[in-house]
Amino acid sequence: MKGSSERRQHLAGWLFVSPALVLIAVYFFVPVIAGLLLSFTDFDIYAIGRPDSARLVGLGNYAQVLSDPVFWKALGNTFVFVVAGGPLSVIVSLVAALLVSSKLTRFPGLWRSIYFMPVVTTLVAVAIVWRYLLHPQYGLIDWALTRMGLPAIDWLGDPHWAIPAIILLTVWKNFGYNMLIFIAGLQSIPEELYEAAELDGAGGWSRFVEITLPSLAPTFLFVGVMTMLGQFQVFAEPYVMTQGGPLKATTTVVMLMYEQGFRWWRMGLAAALAFVLFVIMLIGTTIQMWLQRERRS
Amino acid sequence: MKKPGRSIVLHAVLVAGALLTLAPLLWMVSASLMPSGDANSFPPRLLPRIVTFEHYRDLFTRLDLMRYFINSLVISVSATAISLLINSMAGYAFAKLRFGGRERVFRVLLAAIVIPAQVGMLPLFLLLRAMGLVNTMMGVVVPFMAGVFGIFMIRQYALSIPEDLLDAARVDGAGETRIFWTIVVPVLKPILVTLAVFTFLSAWNDFMWPLIVLSDDAKYTLPVALASLSGEHVQDTELMMAGSVLTILPVVILFIALQRAYIRGVMMGSVKG
Repeated sequence: MKGSSERRQHLAGWLFVSPALVLIAVYFFVPVIAGLLLSFTDFDIYAIGRPDSARLVGLGNYAQVLSDPVFWKALGNTFVFVVAGGPLSVIVSLVAALLVSSKLTRFPGLWRSIYFMPVVTTLVAVAIVWRYLLHPQYGLIDWALTRMGLPAIDWLGDPHWAIPAIILLTVWKNFGYNMLIFIAGLQSIPEELYEAAELDGAGGWSRFVEITLPSLAPTFLFVGVMTMLGQFQVFAEPYVMTQGGPLKATTTVVMLMYEQGFRWWRMGLAAALAFVLFVIMLIGTTIQMWLQRERRS
Repeated sequence: MKKPGRSIVLHAVLVAGALLTLAPLLWMVSASLMPSGDANSFPPRLLPRIVTFEHYRDLFTRLDLMRYFINSLVISVSATAISLLINSMAGYAFAKLRFGGRERVFRVLLAAIVIPAQVGMLPLFLLLRAMGLVNTMMGVVVPFMAGVFGIFMIRQYALSIPEDLLDAARVDGAGETRIFWTIVVPVLKPILVTLAVFTFLSAWNDFMWPLIVLSDDAKYTLPVALASLSGEHVQDTELMMAGSVLTILPVVILFIALQRAYIRGVMMGSVKG
């Protein structure tokens, strides 16, 4: 009796997971492995009609990627998104979470929902909205700047300002997500810690530095890694707002991959680009985890 | 007297933050109601001089926006329905059904989270092309049908289902499929709502994959159609704002209606990084 129930569960278990496993295998694992193989071939527009015409080129695509100045430009731009956009986004999220979680705050649910709103919006639509907001003549942002006595900026037309402009959009769009995670992290800090520190005469700032920040360490790791991975994959914002310009100032690695793969159909080369990005993202994740471990010990 | 002062400053900052957060969306709505050309004036107009719905009418008549709206709706609803079924079955099985190799398979799935979707995109495109699914709605739905994140979410929730509940049903002679439908699904309902909102929003908002798969203008989803329109109608600020409003409105309404479920999902995703 017991034995047959176990056998039935074994069978049912595999039956229940197999649709998901088959789909994930066919639509994810197989393509990932195929992508690696693809990156060693010269698969191009002719090979789409006749796949057997593609030839192995070894590491040729990787050599071509690494010797292409446009790739280094795109990688540099992507790093600016990661290194400037990532921390800025995390700081804004943390400040918002602290404000919403303060004991003095009335209607915390209302503020939380408002700050979270941009997260659910459609990226393409808000990128279009921001393109007009950033307009040097008619945009609200430059109007506000000039009202404050600052010079107007040709945000999307000036190669120096195009990435900062897009970073503003990504921070606005995403900070609500990390804010929620910080709020959850703040809620899990035991109240007694603060009470004990207050008895010891610790002020607000030292309580923040000595209790809040260390307690949030795991949250920082999660938020940091997720935000970094997101910034590495920036695509739609420059696609809609600048088409990668001006002067390739906003071309990102994913955008380059899209253009090589799906505009020029150089799929072998694009696959190599995808794997280079993947390796860089893995290194980035490892560094963040290592930094966290160092800090803890 | 220190407390009230701090409270006022705090709330002033909260209000300022809320205004900054909502400003782009409010201006979008406002500009969409302005007569043509009014949004491009100096100094910028915050509110419409005259309220007009001509751009919305234009979108539905001349630019056939309804078609894209329906495309997006069909894709997002099918992605949601299929992923709910497949992920809930798998998530429940990983949590509650004892089968050989369960832990190992689950670990492999979790490890897949670190691989970015772009890595598989090119071969997936070629695969779908070979299957005749390129330029079809089915092709857009495919990557949403099963997902590690969804399985993980369901599993975490299903772990709390009491074993006795399932065993009692087994003793009564119920098969595993019947147990799933009559006992498990009702218990999982809250997390199913969460997963549904998540999947619907990500399918509705997705851009890169539908852009790659769909080549035929008539099959575009709203974001793809909007991006393509914005290239042709750069000067028509008010028209583009109306198009953006129509794209964003459904997801914002869905979020407001089901925000508790959605927020629970975000918090759960962070529990186990």
